[in-house]
Amino acid sequence: MFQSIMSNISLYAIPVLLIGIPLYGYIKKVRVYEVFVEGAKDGFNTAVRIIPYLVAMLAAIGIFRASGAMDFVVKIFTPVTNLIGMPAEILPMGIMRSLSGGGAQGMMVELFETYGADSLIGRMASVAMGSTETTMYVIAVYFGSVKISQTRHAISVGLLVDLISLISAVIITNLVF
Amino acid sequence: MLNVIWLGLIVIGVITAIFTGNVQAVSDAAFNFANTAVEICIGLIGTMTLWLGIMAIAEKSGLVKILGKALSPVMKRLFTDIPEDHPAMGAMVMNISANMLGLGNAATPLGLKAMQELDSLNEHKGIATDSMVMFMALNDACVALIPATIIGLRVAAGSTNPTEVIGPILVSTLVSATSAIILTKLFAKRKKYRVENFIDKDKAHIENV
Repeated sequence: MFQSIMSNISLYAIPVLLIGIPLYGYIKKVRVYEVFVEGAKDGFNTAVRIIPYLVAMLAAIGIFRASGAMDFVVKIFTPVTNLIGMPAEILPMGIMRSLSGGGAQGMMVELFETYGADSLIGRMASVAMGSTETTMYVIAVYFGSVKISQTRHAISVGLLVDLISLISAVIITNLVF
Repeated sequence: MLNVIWLGLIVIGVITAIFTGNVQAVSDAAFNFANTAVEICIGLIGTMTLWLGIMAIAEKSGLVKILGKALSPVMKRLFTDIPEDHPAMGAMVMNISANMLGLGNAATPLGLKAMQELDSLNEHKGIATDSMVMFMALNDACVALIPATIIGLRVAAGSTNPTEVIGPILVSTLVSATSAIILTKLFAKRKKYRVENFIDKDKAHIENV
């Protein structure tokens, strides 16, 4: 019930915005076409401005992923994860989640295939995957778009939130299933 | 922090590659990921242009202001350095709503628009403001009401009950959003992260260049 309502809202949200906003503007006597074109002209520059920030971030993450360094990181943290009841198999995906959304998703699918989507590991991976975005990507794109390289506490907060959400995903999954 | 993490990823990656024999894979990955990054940005041009156009109409007609005002009781507590009727508020509300509905195509352009509005109030360009970090943190702990991609992948993997994770995800994402807000507020006050420290760094950097 909840799900079908939500998916209908998601389906109609964009068409409603695409008709609603220009229509409301027209009623408010905005010259809709001219204003659209004037506003839209920044689109190209904004997208292109992000390129150096995203290339820097993704290239570094690509190197890290391809090197196999993740195995070593996992070895270091396994004793800690055992304490909170997290299967070691989840950890690589948990770390990758902060770096690369596509990479983490691939790892989740791998876990589904190996252990089954309805296993504890499969469920835990789903919950962990759903509870945060890819921190390093969000930082590169959002701050890059306004040319900010001094991000202050953004990374500390972002990575700590990832850690907290991973722990909470483990605890919640263990409680519910 | 960004410097250390960035350098760390590359150094750890290359050194590990030498020991594990993945040297070729590492060079390939560096170039492939660089290309992917550009592809993502190029792919963004169309949707970005469309949404910026629609947003311009929404702003001119006063819709963005109305939206910002409607949620101002919450928003003004989260973003204390933004005036209540500033267009940044409306843009942020639209981005967060798009995220909640899982509309990735709309969410990113709206978020970048919000960042531009936030930057127009930034007294020290190149340094993040408290509100920008709060906005980023909320985006990071995104509350998607229906995690469509995950459900899709679970279906593909043959799950007998693909939607059973929705409830746990909602609870977990609520935990991350709450901790994001609390941590951002706490960290903003720490000496290490004060804006003044970064102004000096910025100046020193410019002089060095």
